[in-house]
Formats: sequence, C-alpha cells, structure tokens
Amino acid sequence: MRASTVRPAGGPNRLDTVNITVNGKMTRHRVDGRTLLVHYLRNVLGLTGTHVGCDSSQCGACTVLLDGWPVRSCSILAVQADDCSVETVEGLAPDGETLHPIQQAFHEEHGLQCGFCTPGVLMTVVALLRENANPGEAEIRRALSGNLCRCTGYHTIVRSVLRAASDAGSQA
Amino acid sequence: MSVLRVEDARLLRGRGSFSDDLDLPGALHARFVRSPHAHALLGDVDVSGALAMPGVVAAFNGRDLADGGVNPIPTGWLINGMQPGERRALAIDRIRYEGEPLAVVVAETPEAARDAATQVVADFEPLPSVTDVEAAAAAGAPTVYDDAPGNICFTWETGDADATRATFDAAHTIVTRKLRNNRLVPNAIEPRACAAIWNSGHLFLHLASQNPHLHRFILAGFVLGMPEHRLHIRSSDVGGAFGSRIAVYPEEVVVAWAARRLDRPVRWTATREESFLADSHGRDHSTEAAMAFDADGRITGLRVRTLANLGANLSLYAAAIPTWYYAAVLSGPYAIPAIHCAVTGLFSHTSPVDAYRGAGRTEAVYVVERLLDSAACTLLLDPALLRRRNLISPDSFPYHSAVNTVYDSGDYERTFDRALDLAGYDRLRDEQRRLAAESRYIGIGLASYVDMSGHGPSREVTREGGHAGLWESARVRVHPTGRVTVQTGSQHQGQGHETTYAQIAASALGVGVEDVAVGHGDTDSAPFGMGTHGSRGGPVGGSAVWLAARRVAEKATRLAAHLLGVGDAEVERSGDRYVVKGRPAEWRTWEDVALAAHMAQGLPAGLEPGLESTVQFDPPNWTWPFGTHVAVVEVDVETGVVTVLRYIAVDDCGNVINPAIVDGQVHGGVAQGIGQALWEGARYDGSGRLLTRSLGSYAIARAGWLPSFETARTETPSPSNPLGVKGVGETGAVASPAAVSNAVLDALAPLGVEHLDMPMTAEKVWLAIRDGRRRQSAALDTASTRLDAGPVARVVDRSRESSPGPEGGV
Repeated sequence: MRASTVRPAGGPNRLDTVNITVNGKMTRHRVDGRTLLVHYLRNVLGLTGTHVGCDSSQCGACTVLLDGWPVRSCSILAVQADDCSVETVEGLAPDGETLHPIQQAFHEEHGLQCGFCTPGVLMTVVALLRENANPGEAEIRRALSGNLCRCTGYHTIVRSVLRAASDAGSQA
Repeated sequence: MSVLRVEDARLLRGRGSFSDDLDLPGALHARFVRSPHAHALLGDVDVSGALAMPGVVAAFNGRDLADGGVNPIPTGWLINGMQPGERRALAIDRIRYEGEPLAVVVAETPEAARDAATQVVADFEPLPSVTDVEAAAAAGAPTVYDDAPGNICFTWETGDADATRATFDAAHTIVTRKLRNNRLVPNAIEPRACAAIWNSGHLFLHLASQNPHLHRFILAGFVLGMPEHRLHIRSSDVGGAFGSRIAVYPEEVVVAWAARRLDRPVRWTATREESFLADSHGRDHSTEAAMAFDADGRITGLRVRTLANLGANLSLYAAAIPTWYYAAVLSGPYAIPAIHCAVTGLFSHTSPVDAYRGAGRTEAVYVVERLLDSAACTLLLDPALLRRRNLISPDSFPYHSAVNTVYDSGDYERTFDRALDLAGYDRLRDEQRRLAAESRYIGIGLASYVDMSGHGPSREVTREGGHAGLWESARVRVHPTGRVTVQTGSQHQGQGHETTYAQIAASALGVGVEDVAVGHGDTDSAPFGMGTHGSRGGPVGGSAVWLAARRVAEKATRLAAHLLGVGDAEVERSGDRYVVKGRPAEWRTWEDVALAAHMAQGLPAGLEPGLESTVQFDPPNWTWPFGTHVAVVEVDVETGVVTVLRYIAVDDCGNVINPAIVDGQVHGGVAQGIGQALWEGARYDGSGRLLTRSLGSYAIARAGWLPSFETARTETPSPSNPLGVKGVGETGAVASPAAVSNAVLDALAPLGVEHLDMPMTAEKVWLAIRDGRRRQSAALDTASTRLDAGPVARVVDRSRESSPGPEGGV
C-alpha cells in the first residue's frame, strides 16, 4: 500500500529506528514496529519494484535478498532487518541504460509478460545462481517453486535462467 | 528471431507503474466491509462505530451511496427475457453472496481503515443459500431474486433441435456424459487496485482495466451520473488480467464516488482474500451431453444441455460466456451435421461469474473432447483415429457450422498430424503398453479445437446480445522529426502490445521498430476502444493500427511526390527514402516528409498539414484459430498424484507477428488449463462460505509442477483482417483442460475408472482408483456390472426397438 509515511493506527505505538543497507546504501528511518519490510521498501524508501501479491506469503512477488538469502519481505518486519543488508530488484541494473546479465537473459528469452512477479523471480534467481552457477532444469524449477507466475507457465523463465547461467559461464 | 520486447526495460527494473505503485501524497485509504453471509436480509448498516475510530475520515453504506446519486451497475450482454438481477456498489436490503461489499471505511492509513472496518455493525437476518449450480436449479432451492423463480436468469438455445433429434433417432451409437466444468478464480498476481482524485469538477481514476473506455462510459453514463468528458481513466501497467479486469466492480465505483464526496484522493488495493471473494470467477457449468455416431464412427449429431452458474448478479459479459461464446465452437474442428445446445443461466449465492481465459470455449472443447474419448472406448477405436476421421477437410472453407458460425480458414488435418508426429503418438502408445506391464500407468490425452477469438464483428455481437459491438481504434501520429506515436484503444496486461503494435506500425510506415512508441490506457489520449479480452489484441487492435498506419503511409507518399514534383505513382520507397522511379538521384527521406507535413510550407490544395490518422476497425468475422494438443501424464496409483510428463501443442493462429510472444501466450494458457484440470477449483461449504480463499487452499501451478512445453505452429492466414492473424491468447487454456483430463482418464481406464470431473486432485484420483478396483473385483465376483458414472454409451440396435430413441434430457 503506497502511503507517504506509515503512521501507527491509533494508540501509543513505539517507533523504532532501523538501519538497513538497501542495495548498498545505508538507510535509517523511524518506523512503527509493525511495519513490514515490504512496506518499508515501497512506502518509506519509494522502491516500488518489490510487489505485494498476496496476504499469506504464498506468491513470492515480494521476494528480496536479506543478507543474501531470498526471503518474503511481506513476512518480515522492518525491525527484523535492522543492521542487515537487503537487495532488491532496483539494485540489479548497473545504470539506467544497461541491464544486469540476469535481466538481459530474461529480456532475450521473453522470461516475463506482465512483469508483476518478475522482481521476486529475479531475486530468487540471483540467489540461486550465486549458490549454483550451473543449475539444471529440475533444480531451477524447484528453486522457483516459491514464485507464482500466472502469465508465462514458467517455460521461458526456466529458459532465461539457463541462458543467464550459460552466458555467465561463457564469460568466465 | 523475434523482436525483443519494449516493455521489458522498465518491468525488469521494477520500474513498472502498477496501480498500487502510484505515489499519491495525502491519499486516504479505503477498506470495504464485506458480508460474512452468503444470503441475508440486510437492515441497518451502522457506521458510527467506525467513524469514532482514530484516523477515520468517513464511512459510507449502501444508502449513503444511493442517496448520493450512485446507480446500480448495468450488465453489458442481454439475452431475451432475462432477469437481470441487481448489481449495486454497496448492498442495500439484501446480501446475495459472501464477500458482497456493504460499507466502506476511508481513513488516513490502511491500518486505521482496516481496524475501523471491524467496528461497522450490520443488521443481518441470515437466510438459506445455494451455491452449487445443480442445487440452484433444483425445486425448492433458496432463490437469489424474488422475481427470478427457480433462480433462472435466462434460457437460451442454438442449433437445430429437430435435426439433432432425428440424428439421435437414427444413430448407430450414442455416447452420453455428465460433465462439470469447475469454478475458477482468475488470480492474476497483481491484486485489483484503484485510486481516484477529484479536482474541480474532474475525476481522475487510476484503475487497471482491460477496457478503460468502457469503464469511463459506464461509470460516467450509468453509475455515477457525471459528464463523461470529465472522467479520466488511466490504466498503466497491469499485472495480468485473464478476464478479471473487464467488469465494472463495486470497488472502483465507491472509490471514485468517495473521492468526489470528500474532495480528497482515495485509494484501495485488494488483499488476496478479496481477490478470491470479489474478483469475477470463471466457468462453473454442469452439462449433460450426448454424441450420435453412424456405423463408421462418424459424428452425426451433438446434443448439449448446460446449467451455467452466473453467481449472485450479472457481471459485464456474464450472459455472453455460457451462451454465444460457448456454443459457437461446439462443432470443434469436426464435421457435425446437427447440433442443438440449450443453456440455462442460473443465479446462486456466489461471486459473479464472467470471462476467464478461454471464456465459454474452454467449456465447449471440454464437452466435445470428453465425449470423443468416451466414444473411442465404446467404439473400440483409437482416440486419434476417431478424431481424424471426423475432421473438417481443408477444402471446406469458409465452413458453415451447425451452430450458425462461419469458420474463416483452416487446415485441421495438417495441424493434427503435426501434433501427433511431434508427440510421437505411436511410440507413446507402445510405451504405455510396456509400462502397464510394469504396473505403471501413463495416459495420453488429445484435444483438437477450434477457438473463436478476435472478438468480434459488431453486427453479430450485438445480434447475439452485446450492447456494444467489439470494434477497435488506433491513432497513428508522425511527429515533425519522423518518429511515431501509436495510440490504441486496446489495453495491455502482459501481451506485449507496445512491441507488436510498434512492429505493425513500423512495417506499414517503413520505419524502424525503435522509432515507434505505443500508448494506451489513458482515456484522454487513447481513442475510444473496447479494450483487450477475447484475444482481440492482435486481430482487431493490431488491424486498426495497420490500417491507420497505411493511411499515413499513403499520405506520406503523396506528400513525397509533391516535394519531388512528380505524380504519386512515380514515387517508390527504397529504405528510408522516397525515390522517383527511374531517377535514383532524386529522393527525399521519410524525415523530410514528416517535417514538411508539419512546417506546411506550400502544401498543395487537398493535402492538409500534419501526418496522422485515426481508424476504427470493425472485423467482418471472428478469427478461428485451431490446433491439436497432446498431454502425456503419469498417475501414481499409490498416491493419486498426476504428473504431467509432456505437453505438446500445435496451434495455428494464422500469420505471426512476434513468435516469442505467441509462444508465451500459448505457454501461459496451457499452464492455466493444466491447473484447471488438476489442481484449481473454487469450493463453497454448505452455508455458502467460500472455502478456497487463499493461495494455500487454491492451488495455482508452480514451476516445479509443470514440464517445459513443446510447441509448434502451422500458419493458415485469416481472411478476417488485413494482418491475417488469428487471436491466440486463449487457445492454450481452451484446449488443455480437455487434453489433460483425457490423459488422466486414459491412464486410469485399466483401473476401472470411467470418468472424473476436474480438478483431478490426488485425493480424487486415489478414491477413483480405489472405487474402480472394487468395481472390478465385484464384477469378477458377480455376473452384473454397475457403473456408478451412469450410462456411458449405448449401441442402439434399430432392429429391435419399436419406440423412438432418447429424448430431451439426454
């Protein structure tokens, strides 16, 4: 939910200061203790690339990397990410003209349609390829089973990951 | 090699503009209060408790809206004699489905609104409810509307009842089936959301709609009673739709009205639970169908009786889906001389039902393809052989079907053979036999289809019940420097229109794809259009772009000729240049022409300044893509789990503009259809409460559950539009439920299972295997065999009977 600040809904609520490194930059804000990490990213920092798709941590659209681990930012409080580092989709591309190699692979393999699940998928893939630079199809599908996509049927997402892996391998 | 998508740049960066991303400082947040009862009398709705909560600015109930000039939301497709029901933004007097909104709280933060919503007190008198479509049709069922006895909204039929009866009377073999098509929830990953800003007489509504202009027309002209030219709808990026963003929903009505009333921006985003309760649902048919065959296994007649669940009120296209959109393809790719289809549309205490990917045609293909597989069993024919024998031959086009539709073009045998070849059908059957000997059960399922897409020719659409025809607009505008902007009345939800329409315009104008930008979704700048659904983005929307671009190209040629001092016919295009034929040293560039059009220095009489054109394209016919799909599954008899091993799709969508995008549409549709066959299904309990209300209880396909798909294409151009394309966006979802269902039942046949309805969950399959095995051993023990699924087929021996064959209810 986009709101310019997240204020407590009545009653004396504590505001906590959180220090979170987001995409390499230190951020520091006072937030209500109940603020979800995804809302901190979207509403406080204005990084709306991370999306909310469900209420029950099932869809994975909100996936970000927390100290390198893919997590559902809808199920983590901002205060839990205090002193941690968070990577979101906005941190992938090096500049406004060039795409990150994984993004480029998705572009070339038509790995997205509506784009809503895509940021969460990309972050999951970043984590996967850091851990295993050369995954097979079965492993890719297993790793992506926490990210729902309603548009692609996952076929081109898998192709994109294979392409990203092989492109990276050929550059090594 | 396909052109890469223009949309990707922002979407891959997380820089798309989805409705909830909109930055709207000072906006208030709306939270809806929804009925916990499926059916109830509604008395007073007391919002005073909510108003007393911190951060709350306002709260409204149905009476506030009615007193404030808000009218019920009309439906857009009428069947003669139908009872229209009533669709209000906030309920008054009566609740008709669980989740129906009855009040709204508007507060400074979403949390304040959510907390305060719990303080609204509504006076309910719960009533008995009915959710199942057969139960709704049964005598004594609770009625949704007092003036719709028996819950009947409409009855409708098409085809020839007498001719069909005659074929059944004379049939050699008759196969009957009772089939359910399971209710689905679209579940686009982006929840519905909207934001409204009132400013000095103008209302700006940010809303992901599949048809922004229709939303504007209906909201302004019918519901909110405000001038249409002062209502501005903006749809930017849309996170999937699949039919669920067509309807005018209560939520946008309330948000728009509240913004004006409060003179402050108001916004709302659905929770996923609200998506389950309040988005339009899909499918939900109960059908009794029968197919008649002659002695050679040729189909002579098809009779279909369907009960269609419409839900508690009529969503925008609700009545179209189980009638025209359904029956129009009942002939499939088969030469069926006589068809009769009768549909009863029924109300029930459930979420309103509308289009969902494949709308109506998925249901039809399921009926026909399941009957054919049942017939193959009875006739002891291979299912592929039986189908091939009945395919319409390539020299039959345009083909006039027994349900009054005209297929534009097709070569069904070619696609069919290609699919079986790609699948390795004969090898698969060998493999199946080999594995069965090891007590492993794989199944091979076919589905051959003709889809009706590219909705649609306005005369026929309005004849069948549509209020409005389904034409489309495009404006192509060349700028002084020669770059181009295309504005379309279509609206994208992931199909890549910004790329394909740029390709179309670039090709028509002779410029580069990178020189064309495509805009859509803003009712101020996009010409009026009927939007994107029914796979019309290519054939109808794209054709409008083509025609507008061709007009611009013609004018550019005339202007180039003028600049070169020659007649129009003496100029030809060579790359970026207009060259005088035979005098290659005399040329002007495209950019010269664009500039001259705007600078207007000495234009000849009859040639106006500027270089743009707006076209409305009304297609002369639907487009009729077709194909054959093959599903290969394995059933684990210990657990009932079905694994899709392979899925082969060979489709023909005519000419192809962007192969990767077409493949993507097929993949997505197939995945959704597999989901319908195996995992998805909305269910209600006995009190009318929706049981499947989260992604934990409603299973959408995950990456680990699906194989990669094998696709191929044939290309039989459509004569129905200048591009020769057939809308392909839904074909995957049209064919796959039937293909997968047939595959599962093919695997289970040796285990005594004859029919299962979708979704074929592990539990259902396991129970069916258990029951099948019991039946088989009982059959071995006793002389008689009783099949619980009801009569499958009878070979009707004419020589013995003195009375006519089966009548009426199949």
